[in-house]
Amino acid sequence: MMTIREAVSGSSIASVEHSDAEQSTVNLGMSPTRAALMRARKHQGLKIALGILLVMAVFAVFAPWLAPHDPYLQTLSLRMLPPVWVEGGQWEYLLGTDHLGRDYLSRIIYGARISMTIGIGAASIGALIGVTLGLLAGYFGGWLDQAVNFLVTCQLAVPSLLLIMALVFVIGQSITVVIFVIGATHWVFYLVVTRFATLRLRELDFVAAASAMGCSRFQIAVREVLPNLVNQIMVIFTLEVAVAILNEATLSFLGLGIPSPTPSWGLMIAEGKTAMFFQPWLVILPGVSLFILVIAVNLLGDGVRDVTVTNRRN
Amino acid sequence: MSTASILDIRELSVEIPTESSTLKAVRGISLDLKRGETLGIVGESGSGKSMTALAIMNLLPPSAKRAAACINFDGNNLAQASERQLARDVRGQRIGMIFQEPMTSLNPVYSIGRQLTETMTLHRDVSAATAEARAVHLLEKVGLPDPASRLKQYPHELSGGQRQRVMIAMALMNEPELLIADEPTTALDVTIQAQILHLLRDLQQELGMSMILITHDLGVVSRAADKIAVMYAGDIVETGNTTEVLKDPRHPYTQGLLECVPGYRNGAAQRLGAIPGIVPAMTGTVQGCAFASRCPRAVDLCRTDVPPREAVSPGRYYVCHDPVTHDTAKPLTVETAAHEGAAGPSQLPKPTVLTVEQVSCTFSVRRGLFGKRKPLKALNEVSLSIEKGEILALVGESGCGKTTLSRTIMGLQSPSGGSVILNGQRIEDLPPLQRARMIQPIFQDPYSSLNPRKTIGDIIGKPLAVHRIGTKAEQRAHTHRMMELVGLPARVFNSYPDQLSGGQRQRAAIGRALIMNPEVVICDEPTSALDVSVQAQILNLLLDLRDELDLTYLFVTHNLSVVEHMADRVAVMYLGEIVECGDRDQVMSDPKHPYTRALMDSALSISPGETVPDLGLSGDFPNPINRPSGCSFHPRCPIAEQQCRDKAPASELIDTTLVKCWKAGVSVGRSGNPSINESNNNMEESAP
Repeated sequence: MMTIREAVSGSSIASVEHSDAEQSTVNLGMSPTRAALMRARKHQGLKIALGILLVMAVFAVFAPWLAPHDPYLQTLSLRMLPPVWVEGGQWEYLLGTDHLGRDYLSRIIYGARISMTIGIGAASIGALIGVTLGLLAGYFGGWLDQAVNFLVTCQLAVPSLLLIMALVFVIGQSITVVIFVIGATHWVFYLVVTRFATLRLRELDFVAAASAMGCSRFQIAVREVLPNLVNQIMVIFTLEVAVAILNEATLSFLGLGIPSPTPSWGLMIAEGKTAMFFQPWLVILPGVSLFILVIAVNLLGDGVRDVTVTNRRN
Repeated sequence: MSTASILDIRELSVEIPTESSTLKAVRGISLDLKRGETLGIVGESGSGKSMTALAIMNLLPPSAKRAAACINFDGNNLAQASERQLARDVRGQRIGMIFQEPMTSLNPVYSIGRQLTETMTLHRDVSAATAEARAVHLLEKVGLPDPASRLKQYPHELSGGQRQRVMIAMALMNEPELLIADEPTTALDVTIQAQILHLLRDLQQELGMSMILITHDLGVVSRAADKIAVMYAGDIVETGNTTEVLKDPRHPYTQGLLECVPGYRNGAAQRLGAIPGIVPAMTGTVQGCAFASRCPRAVDLCRTDVPPREAVSPGRYYVCHDPVTHDTAKPLTVETAAHEGAAGPSQLPKPTVLTVEQVSCTFSVRRGLFGKRKPLKALNEVSLSIEKGEILALVGESGCGKTTLSRTIMGLQSPSGGSVILNGQRIEDLPPLQRARMIQPIFQDPYSSLNPRKTIGDIIGKPLAVHRIGTKAEQRAHTHRMMELVGLPARVFNSYPDQLSGGQRQRAAIGRALIMNPEVVICDEPTSALDVSVQAQILNLLLDLRDELDLTYLFVTHNLSVVEHMADRVAVMYLGEIVECGDRDQVMSDPKHPYTRALMDSALSISPGETVPDLGLSGDFPNPINRPSGCSFHPRCPIAEQQCRDKAPASELIDTTLVKCWKAGVSVGRSGNPSINESNNNMEESAP
């Protein structure tokens, strides 16, 4: 207990002196960022996820150089070629061709552009809307909460496909519109989870402590509550990426998604569906690509959680 | 063993495999319990108390491994009994169990009646009517009014104390021969605790039951147990007759625990003894005495050799190389000098820093979506004032409005009437940042008061960042100084709260509250979530900091021994009103309000041989939404009269103590003068 006396003697507590700044070099343990990076380096799942996503991103960005053929070039004489490992396949077309004789590998590589953009873009927009509304509703409550709840009820009551169709029809057909429309109709999960978690967190003493130290309500919501929601948001995000990609497929199938010649995995699945029983690879190949992307996003989510969170936090 | 023995445990151990090693939760303990006897098991959290209880019933977590030479329960070896046998014949049938949390140990979707009768119909071939009759009988016995109608109620309709009574009734449904009560009163208020313990004692004598009472509260054990076993790191370090062990402790750990309790050996406002460190997790091979690392008497032998079991008398032994005896008994900490800060008569009158004037706080509560709004008066014209450097204790049961009052004082809750004045300024008029520099809180639960996503350094330095004081480097330096001041090692700067022990977390919370150098600190039950040894450390720290930094504390608590230790003045709260307020010694030794008297009686100080007092309080804490007419205490008051039911009393000054009771003057021998109060008796209605 002597340390207490020594520590205060001489200097008033409130005054901050430069001379003590060296103290910060004393045995601190690792800084949180460095500790997180170290854990990241040891995390297998995270490394695999980053690897997959990096490869996919490289293919998406450099598609014109990496794709062996023009994805739009139709060679009708070479329709429905199977992949090279199936009997009848050609080395020229590693993954075969589709019903219009377009190289499937090139289409999958170009498709990665669209699918990744739509998946991650739409899920992010949904997260932005859902988390913001959820945080507002959960933290401030009152009429705001009731208004947001009413919005959710409306969103759930209107068939989202119908809504999307109407919106696309009114605004026009383009990738940006598809991303925004899918994002704007997939925020309810985020909202429900965020709102509930915020309601629970709002009652905890650290929130009261923050308001006692003079933080504004906005500061508390963003700086104190939000960081505690990262895990839950991450879980839904990984889910919504897959949902958004498949939604785009549905839209494309109905003729409201990406305009037809543009390759996207969802569209490829939709187009291949008719020939699924005879040429299953038409569905399997884009399906596997989609699967790998979703797995990678999932692993990334888990990895980020493990790395930023020590022990059992949340 | 003798035939009178009902439970005889030999060499019981529990091991829990963890990722890296095996945790020895219980290490070869032996216990012996006779019929009709109560055994108290005490120790800090992590000492293996609950594990022992669960091991007897084989209710351990699935990964835990149990080993025992024998667990002889009335001639049957439970160590060898099959799971089916245990479930059918023992659990709930011959051994009853009461858990700590009354809020979670009843199933919310079944009625009380169904849960009570189920325990009986499951085990015995009885009709539903018989079981129901027994349930009503027991509910009556545990003191629930109107037992027959209770059967149809659901747990959420009952208060915490009532639920714990239902739990007790449930445990007694099959007339068990042994009752294991794991912290049965820890979650309850003091008056309820006293009632429950009293009830358990009565029932035990009536039914000839044996009982194992697990608790961390030495006061409870001293009054309720015949025998005591002190557990430390999975082993019993000392056991014997309660009176002998508490009056003449041999093991330094027992002595340390006793010294941590405020008001046991030390006078008020002196430093408490404290056991440094925490209970170690026992993994790997055990070398020497487990307590050696925290023991002030440890010698080299203690670190190398496991101490032998030294018998003092039959049934009393300790496990120590260098036991405490009367001659060598000296306090664990050297520094025992009386505290200078206590308000002495010679001190000059100090300026008043905080005044609470006639503060009322009314919430409107609506039942259901279309229900009518009803006002809930959480605070009813509360007036208080605190002088600079003073410690004012605010005492009362849960639901009395303590928390609302402290939130109002901090400006987090705006009062519906009256005002809080801090240093001459109304708190509502202060901008939040300025207010934050003057008044800061310390919360009860250090597990929820620190943001789990922030590092300790961030948390403590956060006020500086919010107020933009100094550069980043200066803020860091200042945070380090603060950590040193509250006794946190520098290496936890980058740790997250979950990597710290409860005591360290509370230190961090204190550091955060004090870093802006506030004038007034509101401590809301700062130690009630902590072990007694840690509580002592925190109380010592708070007193030291008060002296060093010239702080003023408003100390909200329900623990009266803490009040006695810390406070200069005491304010007793009941149902949103201050019913008595005055000097600590005045209030504690000569309580004038019957509620204060009941509170003082229910405080279980360590006094072996004495029993738990019967408070004479009837009923439970009322729901503030249905305030009783007149004096709000009258439904529970043992001396209430017609006058109390009709009119609310006003505050009245009796020997420097403010009391709000019609009978205050009468009951202490002074003739009350009702005419003084006549002018003020319309206060109930005057609330806005």
